[in-house]
Amino acid sequence: MRRKSDVNWPVTILLILGLITIIFPLYMTVVIAFKQPSEMTNSISGILSLPKSWSLDNFAEAMRVTDFWHSLLNSVLVTGVTVVISIVVHSLIGYAIGRNKAKSKFYKFVYLFIVSGMFVPFAILMMPLVKQTAQLGIANIVGVIICYVVFYMPMNVLLYSGYLTNIPVALEEAARVDGASTWKTYWSIIFPIMKPMHATVAVLTALGTWNDVMTPLVIMSGSGMNTLPLAQMTFQTQFGANYNLAFASYLLALLPLLIFYLICQKQILNGVVNGAVK
Amino acid sequence: MNDKKKMNETKRTFLLMTIPILLLFIGFNTIPLIRGFIYSFTNYKGYGSYDWVGLRNYIDLFQDARVGKSYLFTIKLAVVTTIVVNVISLVLALGLNSKIKFKSALRGFYFIPQILGALVVGYIFNYFFAYILPAFMQMLGGDGTSILASTKWAWVGIVIVCAWQSVAMNTIIYISGLQTVPEDVYEAGAIDGASGWVKFKKLTFPLILPFFSINMVLCMKNFLMVFDQIVALTKGGPAQSTESISYLIYNNGMAGGQFGFQSANAVIFFIMIVIISVAQMTITGKKEEQL
Repeated sequence: MRRKSDVNWPVTILLILGLITIIFPLYMTVVIAFKQPSEMTNSISGILSLPKSWSLDNFAEAMRVTDFWHSLLNSVLVTGVTVVISIVVHSLIGYAIGRNKAKSKFYKFVYLFIVSGMFVPFAILMMPLVKQTAQLGIANIVGVIICYVVFYMPMNVLLYSGYLTNIPVALEEAARVDGASTWKTYWSIIFPIMKPMHATVAVLTALGTWNDVMTPLVIMSGSGMNTLPLAQMTFQTQFGANYNLAFASYLLALLPLLIFYLICQKQILNGVVNGAVK
Repeated sequence: MNDKKKMNETKRTFLLMTIPILLLFIGFNTIPLIRGFIYSFTNYKGYGSYDWVGLRNYIDLFQDARVGKSYLFTIKLAVVTTIVVNVISLVLALGLNSKIKFKSALRGFYFIPQILGALVVGYIFNYFFAYILPAFMQMLGGDGTSILASTKWAWVGIVIVCAWQSVAMNTIIYISGLQTVPEDVYEAGAIDGASGWVKFKKLTFPLILPFFSINMVLCMKNFLMVFDQIVALTKGGPAQSTESISYLIYNNGMAGGQFGFQSANAVIFFIMIVIISVAQMTITGKKEEQL
């Protein structure tokens, strides 16, 4: 009979072997990104062997071709501003809805109205939004951020108002008896208490906006600005048949989030789990 | 008196928190939705003047072979990928939740695909399918052409790339489901002689059914809206065999002068997504009740 603490080695080994499916595409990306076109012979070994020298020339060239630093800055700006506005705005309306939807028909309706927005595919909003942002003069980064704040509202309102059911009303009532306004009570008591949910919202919203291509593609393609993933698409023709250059650029596009994930892996995993299970 | 004043102040603050944000939502979600619906009754090209055409677009839509093909392709892709992803991630989650060594490191590794951008991943796999896989196949006696160039097999390539990324998220959800199953359920099951497949079917799976339904709904919805992978892998080709609905609407609606017609397509697409999601939730909701 096996003891409870025994390690299941067969499963461990199978899982480690399975990692090949994850690591192989990443390995392929790294070696191709460092190679020179002359090293790419037609055989598999030519493509997959280690590069002769670990030169950074491809990366320098890719940065120049894709205007890397500008794209990176735009991506950071879009994601950062979207996350901050989402946390402030969505938690606010999530609070108003969460505290009132049980007893007020109006808030119940607003809740269902916003949450049902989850089923609206971007494809139907896309064309009217392109017209609308152009008419309002925000067919640029501002328009993209506003769209994201609206697109992530259904999910985040669901998360915040759900989380609020676990926070006793007694806390706010005590503060109100002491004479604090509802507004002040919110910022001094409720907002800080919802910190775990802020983390979840931040992770889910950031992962979604950072990697999204479609929204910036249709809304700000006319502005001449790119986000990091969008730049890979815009400059696809300029890479031509130089796959080494293209892969250096892909690796640069993947790197920021990979590094971020290495640093805050635990928070990201927790955030994703919290969001999905709620 | 003072109490009443307080009540009003609270009510007013709640309204002030809600109304402006609600208006923003209406402005950038509800109004575009309504405008899309209105455009679907016109022959608008995306620029210039346009006329009302009544239900013309909708009638044409149901006779358009290209649109029909894109619906069949998208639904096939979504159903197959949903099944593939859920089977793999359930097995993976069972493995990652058992008594293994390096548990957290392995979990961390298997989640990596989820944080990578779908477009870039698509480009990387595009190269893999175009150069590496054919070379492998040649060694095994194949003809050395890319599966993405074949009208028969290109969709399989898209399934593989979609699955490679989505398995990560679904596995994490299944793991958190498996962690809600208390140990004593298994102990009780072991006394009754349940093990292996029977244990999974009779004990584990019913208990994680809610997580199964989250995954099914999420998967179907995401894959029905597939776009990035199509752009990166096939651009809808070869011979329009992998044109997803979102890609067709984007391509012909934005650049192809079919703004009005593709708006009608988008309306039908929206209705289809609502019907499928509601149906899924009712079916799994019923199953959960039975248990």
